[in-house]
Amino acid sequence: MIQYLTRHYDDLLRALAEHLQILAVTLVFSLLIAAVLTILAVYFRRFGEALIQIFSVIYSIPSLALFALLIPLTGLGMTTTVIVLTAYNQYLLLGNFTAGIFGVDSGVTEAARGIGMSTFQILVKVQIPLAKKALFTGIELSVVSTIGIATIAAMINAGGLGTLLFDGLRTMNFNKIILGSILSAVLALGVNAVLKCLEKRLES
Amino acid sequence: MKDTAIEFRQVSKKFKGAGKPAVSDVSLTIREGEFITILGSSGCGKTTLLKMVNRLYEPDSGEILLFGKPIAKENPMELRRKIGYVIQQVGLFPHMTVAENVSIVPKMLKWEPGKIKERVEALLTMAGLDPEQYGKRYPRQLSGGQQQRVGLARALAADPKILLLDEPFGALDAITRSVLQDELLKVHQEMPKTFLLVTHDINEALKLGNRILVMNEGKVCQFGTPREIVQHPEDPFVETLIRSAREQERLWEELL
Repeated sequence: MIQYLTRHYDDLLRALAEHLQILAVTLVFSLLIAAVLTILAVYFRRFGEALIQIFSVIYSIPSLALFALLIPLTGLGMTTTVIVLTAYNQYLLLGNFTAGIFGVDSGVTEAARGIGMSTFQILVKVQIPLAKKALFTGIELSVVSTIGIATIAAMINAGGLGTLLFDGLRTMNFNKIILGSILSAVLALGVNAVLKCLEKRLES
Repeated sequence: MKDTAIEFRQVSKKFKGAGKPAVSDVSLTIREGEFITILGSSGCGKTTLLKMVNRLYEPDSGEILLFGKPIAKENPMELRRKIGYVIQQVGLFPHMTVAENVSIVPKMLKWEPGKIKERVEALLTMAGLDPEQYGKRYPRQLSGGQQQRVGLARALAADPKILLLDEPFGALDAITRSVLQDELLKVHQEMPKTFLLVTHDINEALKLGNRILVMNEGKVCQFGTPREIVQHPEDPFVETLIRSAREQERLWEELL
């Protein structure tokens, strides 16, 4: 395995870089969309609840099937991958974001309204700071889920660590399978650790 | 005769899905500087009546005027910033210090930082909390009574002419409640403001109010001074209330 590592480290690094790229692009879109949808859900509660229902249905569709459904529309590769991963993330992000925001003590939000804060001021100055924990939980879950599901995107030519796994499976190359698995686990743990640090820093 | 501070004109409010209206055809006038207590059992519409004053609820019919101006025409947020609001759950912002909590309304009204700091210190001192010692603390580091003192200071921060209090001492123990009642009376004597306090405790209503508004099933049963209410109850519900308070008193007599 060490021999394999020294000989093919550039392949491994490339796969890792591709995986990180998928993760980064997916997260940017996921968070932007989730932020907009969360704000809409704060103003229109029913709409928010309906959205979460819809995303929970999407979340229950296996990723391979969703990739296959989108290929005729958006083709193979990165675009389709990011769309699918972003759609999955909405369930995790929107669910946790709204649960956190609506979970803020009703006495606190009533006082905020009673002293003359607007809905947006209550959201920014009261609800978001107090829901920080739930917001982070949502982001952490979506990061880990994205890293995991992104490996399957190698099936539709999106690259990433999944290529190692599928190549390894096809050629019965255990080095590839094991290294691919270790790298994606390390990536998930590493990114999660970074997020935890960030969370701690924001709390103090 | 002082100016009229609050006037209700045939105000009614019914919540969706409810059989009876929460507030039904209430008309009354409150003069500036009065301390009004609104007394009634839970579900009688007393909190609904209070919350219509700062437009947390909107009446279905009728209108409410503050100092002669109908509130329906005002921006609700601006209106609320001019009216102090204290609730039973206190509702201090847990992620802000005591000083930040008190300064929130003046900040929204864009007061100068120097003036805000001065005001916060004066209010905390008035509330019996040393600004040096308590200003930088967080609400969770205070006792229930201290938290409500801060709640009161926050409500008074922008010097509102009207203060609404929704069972402010309901969650406090008997001793703390009595101390805070006395302090509230002192605050009212020192400041020429109109206070509207909702309570279900007849003793609290009689102790604090210049006039008491007794409500039952969305209607006003009687509106009068403590003496009028006790000596000349005009309504069977008021009679029952007074009788139940008297019975408690008798229990005391027996035990002594």
